[in-house]
Amino acid sequence: MVTIEDYGTYETAWCPGCGNFSILKAVKQALVATQLKPNQCLFVSGIGQAAKAPHYLNANVFNGLHGRSLPVATGAKLANPDLVVIVESGDGCHYGEGGNHFLAAIRRNIDVTMLVHNNQIYGLTKGQASPTTDEAIITKTQPEGVLSAPFNPIAVAVAMQAGFVARGFSGMIDHLSDLIQQGMAHQGFALIDVLQNCVSFNKVNTFAWYKKRCYPLPPEYDPTDWGTAMTTATEWGAKIPVGIIYRNARPPFGQRLNRGRLVGQKTDRSEIGRIMDRFQ
Amino acid sequence: MNSEINKIINILIGGEAGQGLVTVGQILAKGLVRSGYSICVTQDYQSRIRGGHNTFAIRVGADAVRAPQESIDLLVALDADTVRFHRDDLAPHGLIVIDEALDITDDGTLKVPFRTLASDQHTNIVALGVIAALLNLDEKVVAQTVADFFGKGHREATEANGRALGESYRWAGGQAVAFERLAPIAHPPQQLMMNGNEAIALGAVTAGLKFYAFYPMTPSTSIALALAGWAKEMGLIVEQAEDEIAAINMALGASFAGAPSMVGTSGGGFALMVEGVSLAAMIETPVVIVVAQRPAPATGLPTRTAQTDLEFVLHAGHGEFPRAIFSPGSIEQCFELTQKALQVADRYQGPVFILTDQFLADSYRAVAPFRLDNRPLVEPWSHEGVGFPTPYHRSAITDDGISPRLLPGLTEHLVVVDSDEHTEDGHITEDLVVRTKMVQKRLKKGEGIRAEVIPPELQGAEKPDLLLVTWGSSKGAVEEAAATMRSRGMRIATLHFPQVWPLVPKYVIDPLHEAKQVVAVEGNATGQLARLIRRETGFHIERHVLRYDGLPITPEFILREFNP
Repeated sequence: MVTIEDYGTYETAWCPGCGNFSILKAVKQALVATQLKPNQCLFVSGIGQAAKAPHYLNANVFNGLHGRSLPVATGAKLANPDLVVIVESGDGCHYGEGGNHFLAAIRRNIDVTMLVHNNQIYGLTKGQASPTTDEAIITKTQPEGVLSAPFNPIAVAVAMQAGFVARGFSGMIDHLSDLIQQGMAHQGFALIDVLQNCVSFNKVNTFAWYKKRCYPLPPEYDPTDWGTAMTTATEWGAKIPVGIIYRNARPPFGQRLNRGRLVGQKTDRSEIGRIMDRFQ
Repeated sequence: MNSEINKIINILIGGEAGQGLVTVGQILAKGLVRSGYSICVTQDYQSRIRGGHNTFAIRVGADAVRAPQESIDLLVALDADTVRFHRDDLAPHGLIVIDEALDITDDGTLKVPFRTLASDQHTNIVALGVIAALLNLDEKVVAQTVADFFGKGHREATEANGRALGESYRWAGGQAVAFERLAPIAHPPQQLMMNGNEAIALGAVTAGLKFYAFYPMTPSTSIALALAGWAKEMGLIVEQAEDEIAAINMALGASFAGAPSMVGTSGGGFALMVEGVSLAAMIETPVVIVVAQRPAPATGLPTRTAQTDLEFVLHAGHGEFPRAIFSPGSIEQCFELTQKALQVADRYQGPVFILTDQFLADSYRAVAPFRLDNRPLVEPWSHEGVGFPTPYHRSAITDDGISPRLLPGLTEHLVVVDSDEHTEDGHITEDLVVRTKMVQKRLKKGEGIRAEVIPPELQGAEKPDLLLVTWGSSKGAVEEAAATMRSRGMRIATLHFPQVWPLVPKYVIDPLHEAKQVVAVEGNATGQLARLIRRETGFHIERHVLRYDGLPITPEFILREFNP
């Protein structure tokens, strides 16, 4: 029986009131609900305040470079498909520095769960615009307001027909925990973009701002309908939908490659001999 | 020059991209290898798929051939430009083989009636048949090689090829041509034909490679081609990444999870990987990085050769950490040193490099089959973690700096690595006392890497008048140039580095000081190895023979420097 205590409690480097605390809680709840042992899980993260999250629970951890968590997770999952791989980082790390890897991971449909702490701002470097910051928002490094249009990760993922696309909100912990469980259970790539507040650097998209706008998709919503999902993915403003926005059953990369576990696989000397003979 | 090197013939096949000259070259080279000859292939091609001017040169002899040659004994021109570009390189008794339809009036030209001998689509085979007949190769051996090359299942194509080959053999046999044929080898030894990249790929799987990630980049791509061809039967994963940054990070993820991993690229792609090199060092995770050099800066000459990235690879990655850099000089060394690279990476848990280049990557040679038994395998999963205290410390500080390595998910223990400075259990820290200890721990591993360095190979006279110092693929040319000078009565020695880092002074100090004159021979414009030797030993090599036009160093290039 795995309990929440198995995942430990740690002192964090986060500001009081940060949305990260709720996301961490939802992650632990999901792990306990699925009865995964800490040594069965691998958390891969990048750089930023969100990327520190895996240090605050018991699991295998690869805290790598800024933006590069998806390639690391891809390699680890292919080497040992028995690992449950969760990729956890912020909007800047995943959508800015790691944008190309985001597209490639969707195309591969690698069987990992990508958890994005999306607070629409850079926290660790103190308040610069992130790829998801809304247009015209003023920051110290964008004093004339953000000129670029915000990146819509949900719309991009749905447009590319990613396997599992969901949005959560750190203010709805149980709902979020359920999304994480479903994302982990999904066979293939799962994106869970989690809206969260940054108490120190985002004075526009506050907890109250999100709370007022986020609404759960109704039970009759059909996430397998791609056309509806595209419309839902672009809904942003007065109302913001949360829940599973799109999903399909495309077999994951590892299953199609069908190599099994590389780890522990013996090298066959006679096979190498046969390969060498072809050079004669 | 040619007459001094006993019974060696240099064949150059030239034409436009798309004419199939590489096919002719590869089949001829394999036919020569199967007939028992030694070969050294040099491929010179332009960065395009059609048109331009490309050449495939095969230097062949009964004794070991280990370097390219500039002067041409047999020039096979698939177009008129080939004659225009190369007629000045023709040896005094050299022969030009050309289509009779082309307007070329040079002396010593054998005009082949291609259109009479076979249909247009078999021009390649006719050229092959004529060359093979001129060289005195057994027609049966060549016919079999052609059949093997095009594979089974196309019976009509095989028969048509066979007819074209037979016709061209008979035609060439009936020509009165003054050309010195190759002496047949009565009992051909069993030989393989392999280029440098194929040998790197074979060495990697022999050592236990399980994961290879890459982004296509000449001249490294053929490593991926070879591995991808064997991936299914060997159970490997060969993944074309979205970019080089992804490639090295994927390899690190796979390696962290327990799959021996390697990446391959060239200078520009390696530039993108550099942050990953530093990461490998920080999280102490093995990875082998093959850098196949080509002329730079930037895109440079994408399909030509260079030895210009020694200093780049030596210094790549922010921060201070140990590394090893191997620089194979032959096909055999590509095979052996790739295995060593995987072992060193596994043992010392960090980045290890193989520096090769376009010349060696594409250079087919004849090699004896490798012994495959008793070769140590890299098997990081063999550690079951029994008796480890909980929590397990992935970055435990030890006497030799090497932390016992467990893999995630295979034991009850948790494995934690972090690109931030970290405590012994792998978690992020800003404790500056821990920081100091961790820097020392990581650098300590450098002593082990240094202790098992492969010393440079010294050949030739003791206390020589001249010592030629070189590294990597220039080995063959330097050693042959030395042999030629030796045959002229000079006291000469050579020093070749199959591993350029760590550079251990005790192995080089005596040979450097005992020589009357020391000359560095390198494929770059600034003498990078010479500068490294000076930095590490204080010995100043004042004279250099440097080549940086994109072509490989040849024995003739070196000899010209000494006998202008």
